[in-house]
Amino acid sequence: MLSTKTKVIALCSVAVLFTACERPPIETTQTGFRGTAMVDVANPRLPEPELGYPAALPPAGAGGPRAGDVYQNVQVLGDLSVAEFTRLMTAITAWVSPEQGCNYCHNPADLASDDVYTKVVSRRMIQMTQHINENWSDHVGENGVNCYTCHAGQNVPEYIWFSAGDSAFGNKHFVGWRDGQNMPDVGVGYTSLPSDTYTMFLKDPVGNQSIRLEDEMFSSGELGLSIKDAEYTFGLMTNWSQALGVNCTYCHNTRDFSNWEQSPPTRTTAHHGLNMVRDLNANYLIPLKPEYPDNRLGPHEGDAPKAYCATCHQGVNKPLGGADAVSDYPSLAGR
Amino acid sequence: MSMLSFEKKYRVRGGTLIGGDLFDFWVGPFYVGFFGVTTAFFALLGTALIFYGIATGPTWNIWQINIAPPDISYGLGFAPIHEGGLWQLITICATGAFVSWALRQAEISRKLGMLYHVPIAFGVAVFAYISLVIIRPLLMGAWGHGFPYGIMSHLDWVSNTGYQYLHFHYNPAHMIAVTFFFTTVLALGLHGGAILSATNPHRKGDTVKTNYHENAFFRDSIGYSIGSLGIHRLGLFLALNAGFWSAICIIISGPFWTRGWPEWWNWWLSLPIWS
Repeated sequence: MLSTKTKVIALCSVAVLFTACERPPIETTQTGFRGTAMVDVANPRLPEPELGYPAALPPAGAGGPRAGDVYQNVQVLGDLSVAEFTRLMTAITAWVSPEQGCNYCHNPADLASDDVYTKVVSRRMIQMTQHINENWSDHVGENGVNCYTCHAGQNVPEYIWFSAGDSAFGNKHFVGWRDGQNMPDVGVGYTSLPSDTYTMFLKDPVGNQSIRLEDEMFSSGELGLSIKDAEYTFGLMTNWSQALGVNCTYCHNTRDFSNWEQSPPTRTTAHHGLNMVRDLNANYLIPLKPEYPDNRLGPHEGDAPKAYCATCHQGVNKPLGGADAVSDYPSLAGR
Repeated sequence: MSMLSFEKKYRVRGGTLIGGDLFDFWVGPFYVGFFGVTTAFFALLGTALIFYGIATGPTWNIWQINIAPPDISYGLGFAPIHEGGLWQLITICATGAFVSWALRQAEISRKLGMLYHVPIAFGVAVFAYISLVIIRPLLMGAWGHGFPYGIMSHLDWVSNTGYQYLHFHYNPAHMIAVTFFFTTVLALGLHGGAILSATNPHRKGDTVKTNYHENAFFRDSIGYSIGSLGIHRLGLFLALNAGFWSAICIIISGPFWTRGWPEWWNWWLSLPIWS
């Protein structure tokens, strides 16, 4: 018979395994024809991401002099009325620097001054927000985005990325070199997949590599792609899944991943999102590098902070839980 | 019909689980029994329903025939016949037929004075089926989580169900099941090879070898021979565990884990030893 010690160890192991699990009942959402297992699965008892979107400020009068005429050095939003301009500044303070207040971006002695780097960055971010709302409605829809979508009340959005570089994975010339993978990184759902899918796919406006390997192989007739190429794509897809809190079937009928006709419309939205992120990184975020102090730059490559899906989505399939981010602040959408 | 020499031992009365002498007779070489009747009833009705489903469906293409479970919105209730109700009836028939067959095996085992290895072994396969179409749907709250009846459609279901958890190879019970499947095949390969090389004479005039040679072969090559009875016990153990852990791996996917399976292993990363 088993000794008492063995039994205790066995029981403890079983207990550990059970605590690692969840329990019924669960919630499911069907997204395809019955019996295809096009289903989203969720545990209603898991903590929801907190989305404390502040209530919109009361509307301000549109009449009177323009902010650009009254204040100095107003390069964006200058055609708002002074009241509207002040209202938006107040909102931005609540969205981005609720603790530090106006002086997080402004020199209190001269509000027009560009001395503080955060003011220069903020101006570019306002332009980026307008660009998203005006030109990327294929991805953000009518809800659009505002500062809070990413910042959520913090100076620096929680979900940003820097290039990992080689040094994070050991020394390339010695034993133990991980070659960009085999680290339990949250960005790839704790798999062994290559984790810096950001640098691989999100850095350049066109992407330095297609994420659709099947298309590429069939169109080029070239079979030189490696398993690791596929793993980079799998890693990126897992990253999206983590960012939105969804599983693969949210965007794919996995019987034929690459086939658009069999994919839910969410995949089209995601595709526009990929190109949007590439656009934002290449044209807005990466060029801001000279403005930042060193402590805002990446630990490995000294690169500027950049965006990916989770920057806005933060674990939910619709940022801000699907709240309308622009109707109350139409100037952020050029309306 | 004439009887084979050993059939006298087989054809004894009694040992039934239910119904006493009712149906305790043979038709030709086949034992009937109460559960033989229920098997026939469920199997014929189920097959007829499948053909009814095909006939009222869009195709006779054997690969594309699909009898799908209801929409999830029907929950654990009955669905209209052409919107998954047929799948529900066929599931009842299949479960009835499989369970009846296992019980018929138990009755025959009792007549023969055997232990219940055969019905238990078959019962593990039935358990795997019931896990997929009854236990897991019950735990997830809708019959719509069962797999569809169709050659391609059930494979599509498997694919999507796997990707609901991002990477199914990280499912711990799936790992165990796959390992048992491969080990079953390894053991069967080794055993089949040993039997064929022992029983097929090497050249004309050689005698057929016995288990002494088989044991000698494995003792020489890997230092141990499990023996001619032991290999069959091992085979049963490996095969039943393969099916059993397959059932476990799908029961826990959804009811007991809703995220990606890789994330489940975070308990390892957060062990107090190094975290």
